[in-house]
This record gives sequence, structure tokens and C-alpha cells, in this order.
Amino acid sequence: MNTQRTIEERLWDFIDGTSTVDEKSNVERLLEGNLEWKAKYHELLEVHQLIQASELEEPSMRFSKNVMDQIAKLHIAPATKTYINKKIIRGIGIFFILLVAGFLVYGFGQVNWSTKGDDSFLENINKVNFNKFFSNTWVNAFMIINVVLGLFLLDNYLSNKRKDYRKEA
Amino acid sequence: MSTGLNDSEIIGKVLSGEQQAYALLVNRYQSYVFTLALRFTKNREDAEELSQDIFIKAYRSLSDFRGTAKFSTWLYTIVNNACISFLRKKKLEVHSLDNEKFFEVADNQDSGMRANMIEQKSKIAMVNKAIALLGPDDAEIITLFYKSEQSLDEISKILGLEINTAKVRLHRARTRLKEKMETYFAEEVKDLN
Repeated sequence: MNTQRTIEERLWDFIDGTSTVDEKSNVERLLEGNLEWKAKYHELLEVHQLIQASELEEPSMRFSKNVMDQIAKLHIAPATKTYINKKIIRGIGIFFILLVAGFLVYGFGQVNWSTKGDDSFLENINKVNFNKFFSNTWVNAFMIINVVLGLFLLDNYLSNKRKDYRKEA
Repeated sequence: MSTGLNDSEIIGKVLSGEQQAYALLVNRYQSYVFTLALRFTKNREDAEELSQDIFIKAYRSLSDFRGTAKFSTWLYTIVNNACISFLRKKKLEVHSLDNEKFFEVADNQDSGMRANMIEQKSKIAMVNKAIALLGPDDAEIITLFYKSEQSLDEISKILGLEINTAKVRLHRARTRLKEKMETYFAEEVKDLN
């Protein structure tokens, strides 16, 4: 069954012209020497030609007029990019960055940097009372939103990278 | 009005205020859009209404068309979204590729269609009827590939799929179409050989 599917998929690629050069010559060789492949090829080619011969359906004669009558009352909406102001998007971004920075400054502000002696930086960090701000519902909600937005941004970035990579390939 | 204009030129005219130029685009793509809509609705009245809505939606959003893809690809994306919304509204089940139950339902529904088809020897009519027996997903991808002049890359964009997924879906859709033809139109297929 699996082999059969593989043969069909390879033959469809061959018929559609999407096979690589190597694959194309492999399939051509198989078609010359293998009866099973040859029979399958003719079967699929026939389906391909039949679909090509199919026709489009036509709407009613008044279709175009109906559409034009309806759009006569309408206006084209302005392009999305004209009403989404980049400055607003940047402003929102800066707002979130400042908020995160504010939290960091507040947190590190609790560290006694001037302490001398045995107190290391790590020990000072441990003295920061994280419970003070992480027990607040609003702060937690804010952090969750930030994490979700961050993940969304990362996903966008990675999918763009993947697309670029595919284009180059 | 000249009909030798390409899509971009027509869009330019429409955007600059020549609303009537949009009729050229409607005339050019109405059969493609209507056929795709019919693949989903399975009913001419609904398909016609849905196609009109699609052209109106495309007109309203025309300034969002940036010309990075073909106009047809952009339009078929609207068609795909509108058809999916239509199915949701109608609470029709959108069947996945592996949902064999759909075929049982379709088989029962269309047993009458077969009786009529026996009298029709036209291979074109046979293929069209066989396509109509497919689920919307299969019928759509076959129509996009064969009749709407869309490459697999463009189809993957329209359907929001990876290119390989679109390719596999097309392969499977053709296999199912072949099965439909062999099951329901065995006599006609034999006559063709």
C-alpha cells in the first residue's frame, strides 16, 4: 500500500513537472522497463487529462450587473497600512520595554551594591524580595501577557526565517 | 472600454475612481470564483450569492492589494476564507481528508445523480460530476490547480498550507477523484478507453 502510494506520488510529480532532474530521469527509466509503473502512469495520465478537460461553471447572465449594482453604493476602504500608524505600534513597543526596564530597575534597586566583605553579587540577588512584586495579580497578568507576546514575536521571527531559508533553497 | 488591460492596470483604474473598470475584473474571474464557490456550497443559488459577496469584499479591500502576488491568488484567498465562513455559518461539517464517512454520505446523496449520468456520455460532464462528489477541500484544490492556473506555491499561500502539504493534498484529491470516477462512472470510463 505504502509502495503503491509512493509510486503514485512520484508519478504525479512527474506528470505535474515538479520532479527534480534526477528524479525525472529515474522515473523515465522505470517507465521504460517496468510494466507496473507503465500501467500506473497511463492510468494517472488519463485522470490528469480528464481533469484538464473539465469545464468551469458559469454564473447567471446577470451576475456581473448584480455585482456592479451593489458596488455602486460602496466606496473602497482605505488600505490597512494607512490607518495603522507605525508610530503607534512603536509607541506601544516602547511602553512595554519601559515597563520591563522599570521592573528590572526596581528589582535591582533593592540590591545593596555598596556592601563589602563576603557578600557576593549572587548573595545580594538572593536578598531581593521577589515575592513583593510577583504576588501582585496585575504584575502577574502583565508578565504573562509579555511572555505570550514574546513567544508570538519569536514564532513570527522563526517562521519568517524559515520562509527566507526555503526561498534561498 | 478596452479589455486588453492586465489586472494591475484595471486595479489602477478602479483605485483612481473608475468604478466601472471593476466590471472587467468581475467578467474575467466570475467563472473561476463561481466554480470554487460551487465546490463548497454544492448549490448554484448559494454559490452565486457567495460569489457576489466575494467580489464586493474584494472591491472594498482593493486598496490592500499590494501587487506582490497575482491578483487571482489574492482573490482566491478571499474566496477560500469566504467559503470556509459560509460552511461554518451553514453549520456544515468541513470534512478532513481522512474522513471516510463523508464519502458514504455523498455516495448516498448522489445515487440519483448517477442514474442521470449514465445517459450522459460526455467525459467533461462526467469529470465535473465526479468533482462535485468530492469533499470541498478536494474539489477546491483540484479546481485551483487545474482550472485557476495556480501553481502549488500559490495554492499553498491561498490555503495557508506548507507547499509540501498542498502537494500531498492535491495527490490525495486526485486519487479520490479517480476512485469516484471508477465507482460511479465505471461504464463511462470504460467507454473512454
